[in-house]
Amino acid sequence: MTSLASWLHRHPRARLSALLTAPLLWLVVAYLGALAVLLISAFWTVNSFTGDVIRQPTLDNFRTIVTEAVYRNVTLRSIGVAAAVTVIDAVIALPMAFFMAKVAKPRYRRWLVIAILTPLWASYLVKAYAWRVMLANGGLVDWLFGGEGHGPGYGLPATVLVLAYLWLPYMILPIYAGLDRLPDSLLEASADLGARAGRTFWSVVLPTIRPAVIAGSIFTFSLSLGDYITVKIVGGKSQLIGNLVYDNIGAANNLPFSAALATVPVLVMIIYLVAVSRSGALEEL
Amino acid sequence: MRRSFLAVAAAGVLALAACGSGGGDTNTGSGPGGIKPPKIDKLASLGQGEGQVNLVAWAGYAENGSSDPKVNWVTPFEQKTGCKVNTKIAGTSDEMVTLMKSGDYDAVSASGDASLRLIYGGTVQPINTDLVPNYKDIFDFLKNKPWNSVDNQMYGIPHGWGANLLMYRTDKVNPAPTSWGAVFDGASTYAGKVTAYDSPIYIADAALYLMKHKPELKITNPYALDDSQFNAAVELLKTQNKSIGEYWSDYTKEVEAFKSGNSVIGTTWQVIANLAEADKAPVKAILPDEGATGWSDTWMVAAKAAHPNCAYMWLDWIVSPDANAQVAEWFGESPSNKLACDKTSDKGFCQTYHASDADYSSKIWYWTTPTAQCLDGRTNATCKDYAAWAQAWTQIKG
Repeated sequence: MTSLASWLHRHPRARLSALLTAPLLWLVVAYLGALAVLLISAFWTVNSFTGDVIRQPTLDNFRTIVTEAVYRNVTLRSIGVAAAVTVIDAVIALPMAFFMAKVAKPRYRRWLVIAILTPLWASYLVKAYAWRVMLANGGLVDWLFGGEGHGPGYGLPATVLVLAYLWLPYMILPIYAGLDRLPDSLLEASADLGARAGRTFWSVVLPTIRPAVIAGSIFTFSLSLGDYITVKIVGGKSQLIGNLVYDNIGAANNLPFSAALATVPVLVMIIYLVAVSRSGALEEL
Repeated sequence: MRRSFLAVAAAGVLALAACGSGGGDTNTGSGPGGIKPPKIDKLASLGQGEGQVNLVAWAGYAENGSSDPKVNWVTPFEQKTGCKVNTKIAGTSDEMVTLMKSGDYDAVSASGDASLRLIYGGTVQPINTDLVPNYKDIFDFLKNKPWNSVDNQMYGIPHGWGANLLMYRTDKVNPAPTSWGAVFDGASTYAGKVTAYDSPIYIADAALYLMKHKPELKITNPYALDDSQFNAAVELLKTQNKSIGEYWSDYTKEVEAFKSGNSVIGTTWQVIANLAEADKAPVKAILPDEGATGWSDTWMVAAKAAHPNCAYMWLDWIVSPDANAQVAEWFGESPSNKLACDKTSDKGFCQTYHASDADYSSKIWYWTTPTAQCLDGRTNATCKDYAAWAQAWTQIKG
């Protein structure tokens, strides 16, 4: 045992590789490997009667996705929902995080963070079904809007509302962390130089926390883009990309087509990340 | 049902003729009727139990008391036979087919849209009904049906059946509907409050409606649709989609939607209607004039079952009067054993579910897997297979 320890001590490279092999294997096999299998199987097809996978590469799945209008519509709808959720979350999270980081007394901050985190401990399904009850005909939301049938009911607006509620902590926390790092002296300096609150926000606060907002938006956008349960519970008849993937595995037993569909959100996220990194926000994270 | 049975029988005869005497495992056909099921010997005699049995079942079909301590027909079976029951719950027919193909399971409660694929895929074995004593008490109108037998050879034991009904809120829907037209041509009256079953197999409901109301389409079986018939059904459903509030596949979701009034009319199962009524929702479920689609489930044994004796014992147990009555009441469907009607805790149960009513049963078009080879026996047309149905369902929902 001692000889092994001293050998490892003399060979730092061997030590490093021994330490990193397991996590790296995990990364390569479980993460990249799964992605690779997904990509490869997207080029396969299934025999419609026996349900067996035919392992012959073909572009049929992608041709269907590109040529059939329904897949384009669903993709655009999913991106629209994800974008709306992200914008709503950002608009709500900014003042909340600002209050937590700059206005509230330091000893209350910890409790506020806990309050933001607590909903994450409750089950996703419980929260979604609670919203289903509130959004029901004659439910709480209807009542707030002035009576039975006046609320949004089930549908895309309800989906956006519930997703925005579910992912809000993922937006607040990075912005709070970003604001926490912003020295109060900067705000005071801005005020001393005669800037009003709005000017300070646009010229001092926002540029500093931009990477934090972008980090939050990556969470809310990607989580919304892949969601299929909320829309099943409160989305009425709407379907998003996640539902199509799910239906093709569950109902149609067509794994290759599901894989092909699943590459769509991956592609959207890659485009989003490239756009974000072009803006230089990723380096500041 | 008789007409479609004759049609499928005719298709079978044609297929046999096509196969000729030497046609064994040619596998050139595209579906039932095009190919013969692989030759598998049925069990000749029952031996000792193997100590366990692995089941693939619908939720609620193999209850061991974990859902409700009073609902338990698995433990008595284990005590009686010494076969420990391991149950895998499947959510869809496709999932059942996939699980059975894995070869890890001994028996499955297959609906008609899975059973033929299992039979022709060689995944399940023919059943020696002499080894299932309770088989003699099964209602005759459930025996030797196209979804559980081939050439009068049973491939499973009928478990129970039910119809997809039309449910509506009695306080919101006026006049009371008698036809599926209320959710198709007349759906716009209740725009945003109509519900439908969320599965490609629901296309058959539209086809059934067209069969009665658009005779020029010449639909004879809602599961055998050629291009123009299929497009008509899809168009009808796309129009219906404009009035749909939500689709359902989770039955608790539908109960709650009818209770709150988010849905006021749409397809349902008897069990859902009962639950909604128990929740004091003013609903009524009817079998419309056109008849209805439905399910008829069959317990089948895997071709390569590792525990065939225990599987046979399970088949006999689940259709025994007591267990069959319990499962029928728990799930809300008609039992298959005629003696089960005396064993239900609610004495009016079989009445409610029309269990012995062969006439009622004959109005139901049971779920069947659509195949390219038309199920109604047409040889001059190609029908849409289930993959096409699944793709169309995505299009309908938009």
